[in-house]
Amino acid sequence: MTALELRDQIVSGRTTAAAACDTALARTAAAGRLNAVITEAGERARLQAARVDAQHGMAGRLAGVPVAVKDNICTRGLRTTAASRVLEHYIPPYDATVIERLEAAGAVIIAKTNCDEFAMGSSSEHSAFGAVRNPWDLERTPGGSSGGSAALVAARVVPLALGSETGGSVRQPAAMCGIVGLKPTYGRISRYGLIAFGSSLDQVGVFGTTVADVSVCLGVLAGRDPRDATTREVSVDDYLAAAARTADGLRIGVPSALVQDGVDPGVRRAFGAAMDTLRDAGASIIEVALPHSQVATATYTIVAMAEASSNLARFDGVRYGTRARGDALHEMYARTRAAFGDEVKRRLMLGAYVLSAGYYDAYYVKAQKVRALIRQDYERAFESVDVIATPASPTTAFRLGARMEDPVQMYLADIFTVSANLAGVPAISVPCGFADGLPVGLQFTAAAWGEAVLMRAGGAFERLTRWSSQAPPGPA
Amino acid sequence: MFSPDEVLHLARLSRLELSEAEIERFGRQLGDILAFARQVEAVDTSAVMDALSAPPAPVHLRDDVIQPSLERDDALAPAARTDRDGGLFTVPRVLNG
Repeated sequence: MTALELRDQIVSGRTTAAAACDTALARTAAAGRLNAVITEAGERARLQAARVDAQHGMAGRLAGVPVAVKDNICTRGLRTTAASRVLEHYIPPYDATVIERLEAAGAVIIAKTNCDEFAMGSSSEHSAFGAVRNPWDLERTPGGSSGGSAALVAARVVPLALGSETGGSVRQPAAMCGIVGLKPTYGRISRYGLIAFGSSLDQVGVFGTTVADVSVCLGVLAGRDPRDATTREVSVDDYLAAAARTADGLRIGVPSALVQDGVDPGVRRAFGAAMDTLRDAGASIIEVALPHSQVATATYTIVAMAEASSNLARFDGVRYGTRARGDALHEMYARTRAAFGDEVKRRLMLGAYVLSAGYYDAYYVKAQKVRALIRQDYERAFESVDVIATPASPTTAFRLGARMEDPVQMYLADIFTVSANLAGVPAISVPCGFADGLPVGLQFTAAAWGEAVLMRAGGAFERLTRWSSQAPPGPA
Repeated sequence: MFSPDEVLHLARLSRLELSEAEIERFGRQLGDILAFARQVEAVDTSAVMDALSAPPAPVHLRDDVIQPSLERDDALAPAARTDRDGGLFTVPRVLNG
């Protein structure tokens, strides 16, 4: 059942939020083989469900809808680990703004989900709590970093989940798990309470099984928040109405030069078929150029690592998190931070390197200049098209362990997604078929604040194909 | 490839204690990643003037009026060691002697 269908059943009295909550908690327990959950929120969930049922008649837009939340988003009184040993026992004293908005709309938070440590990774294997598994094939990754949230939605444990994106961490796992994943415009959703990784890139994102569900959730979360100075006073559109529009007359740009070597043949086939479907439905497919996206992953690597090394300085054992023994302050810091996993350590050290005197101009400043060119490419392209289409990921879900010893291969899983984060523009991944039995994702990118046209493109494609109704085998 | 001394220098900057095995492993991996990141060198960026303002600068500053914030006890609660009465985080000694 979709979030909207469930909400209608609860609001019309055919079921209760309490019953929906119990079902979701039971499914969470039954989906244990996915290792998608770090902390269950049973008590908090039941309290919230009871509150929703007691307010019958004043039901919010997500009344009684069970939602899973990535474990790098702070929940008051509920453990929030960022999948790190460093925050293994951290109980936040406040809720993230997105948590407040979800609960005010009646949503019921069921669980905190597993992910790559501090959201650094593309496979949800870099977790202190073990790797997440893909519900389509338990020997494969669900993608990452928000893999636990993606796996739970794909397995139909919950209809909606929150993730976070710095370089594709919602869209890429959505593609690999066969569901819808949205990264909004930078500044669209408050990041107050999102544990920071790359502050010029980070954004909260939404997973769902349908574009309509994601549209409604975006409407709940979007808007200015005085506690996040990067959020903007921009009108929040009726995304659900946008998702109901057709593709007729839609101008879709395709950067064919990017969809070539290095992209799996099965992914290319599914992408080509998707473009044919949209063309047949009245959309025009127009060639566009995004020349600097060829170096987007390298650019992203420098910017994200520099920002990570700054943001993660706060995890020193003083104000929160575990603390190691040390006779002197610096010794305590270094031993406490030794508990970070390999990927986090690599990024912190390289971040320090690219920000060092003598290297700063060659790496960090240079990367920021390339970033400006990547943004200009998009601005030019959106003068003649409404959305740009690419695959969301160059491959389907890869095997667990396959890229763990080769960081550069892992980073290349994000070649189609990082550009949108660098440019600050919104993008969505929707299911567009299968290759060798594994889901393939189609990505649409729009100009800044253009979420409505993304919902239109995604919603229209969903109705033309019905790939979104495909669910993996399993008990849920 | 980073030498053990270079890795240890970066670890010191990052306040990380590393094992011998990590020093060897990271030396190789950091070199690979940096070689990959160097792709940006080949891009002609001579036309880009002001790149460090990316993304569009946030402009929302609130009025300078005192607002409710975390209670001191709530802020101290997640810390490993505190002096609640003094309202302080406690840390190991900073100076020798």
